[in-house]
Amino acid sequence: MLTKRIIACLDCTRGRVVKGVQFLNLRDAGDPAELAAAHAEGGADEIVMLDISATHEGRGTLVGTVRRTARVLFVPFTVGGGIRTLKDAAAIFDAGADKITINSAAVADPKLITEIAERFGSQAVVVAIDAKRSDQARGDAEVYVSGGHKPTGRLLLDWAREAESRGAGEILFTSMDRDGTRAGFDCELTLAVEQVVSIPVIASGGAGSVEHFIEVFRRGHADAALAASIFHFGIHSIGDLKRHVQDAGIAMRWPV
Amino acid sequence: MKRIAIVDYHAGNLASVRKAFEHLGHETVITEDPDLVRRSRRLVVPGVGNFAATRHLTDTGLRDAIGEALKEGGLFLGICVGMQWMFEASTEAPGVPGLEAFHGRVEKFPSGVKSPHVGWNQIEVVAPSRLLAGVPSGAFVYYTHSYRVPVMDATVATTEYGPPFTGAVERGNLFGVQFHPEKSSQAGLRMLDNFAMLEHAA
Repeated sequence: MLTKRIIACLDCTRGRVVKGVQFLNLRDAGDPAELAAAHAEGGADEIVMLDISATHEGRGTLVGTVRRTARVLFVPFTVGGGIRTLKDAAAIFDAGADKITINSAAVADPKLITEIAERFGSQAVVVAIDAKRSDQARGDAEVYVSGGHKPTGRLLLDWAREAESRGAGEILFTSMDRDGTRAGFDCELTLAVEQVVSIPVIASGGAGSVEHFIEVFRRGHADAALAASIFHFGIHSIGDLKRHVQDAGIAMRWPV
Repeated sequence: MKRIAIVDYHAGNLASVRKAFEHLGHETVITEDPDLVRRSRRLVVPGVGNFAATRHLTDTGLRDAIGEALKEGGLFLGICVGMQWMFEASTEAPGVPGLEAFHGRVEKFPSGVKSPHVGWNQIEVVAPSRLLAGVPSGAFVYYTHSYRVPVMDATVATTEYGPPFTGAVERGNLFGVQFHPEKSSQAGLRMLDNFAMLEHAA
């Protein structure tokens, strides 16, 4: 049976992981390559690396970090942050990423989705959408770009649909209302996205307990759930998380 | 010669396949040179995206070169669209010929299952396989595709997504996997290592 995925996210800046993960027995807890491999070994179904600095000077560093990380990673590896052109994407793929994720650049120029999908396949293009609920958009939410700083006036469901039609292979939906709160994923909006697209939906933002994962798979129909700080949930490993989710009757890749 | 020739037909990303073989200690070359392909004894055609991209293999003479390498007993591994290409054709791109190493056609998933099929799913090994040696039924592998081959006589592993479909095919020196062994953790690495170490069948 197709399993639901648990995705570990590494937020990086200048080649270092900056938040969210605590590992024992690592020589260097901030090294993305070492952390990614440890996550994969621990049971993560996929690794997402986001360059949250995404400055021009950081680009070269990111490519190097991706190359180093990809070398030791044999689960799907997605990279994002600051990818603005087909050329940026090509450099990331060449360094060994399997998928790229684009956010602001896709909103600014939706044709970019198609360009990358035509060259590298839709399965390699994850469109990330950060959205925030508002009174004007009941049952929907407003899309933000630039790391959640800039409202766009676009609506989540409409943009998700458009991203799919332009060639996106997956949607990574981050609830800005929940992000960082540990209050649980936004199951309602995750479900809403899932119902307007046929491609997989990755839920992000708000994970704080094992129960939240069970909910977002069951009620939110998420195909995958992403979290950066799994080790704050009072469990010891991704394996523990997967075992609990599996015990609740949701198919997991476990044991790996 | 154990060197593995990874055939580049300008469809997507070959880096993952190459680094998996290199991680296992095998020498690789990425090539689009029909002469080199013709002389290779171990060929891999990876692939992502649309079946139509395989038209490039025919147009550039790579399809003929691969055919000749196989006549000489070369080993062949098709991955994802590369596996699909080993069949006659795909409803995804009517008129684009496959390698025709296996009979049958690639078709879309039936309605009733969500397509694309993306993520980790399990294989059931249904026939003896050199490629899958040491990989048990129940092993998890990573899939990402919208088209698939129904179960047929050369199927050695199946996966359930709706009705079972072909996860892996094998006959003689021909091997194909619909999933991505280079992304399938230890099970996938085992298969790639098996392929790299196979003796040529008589």
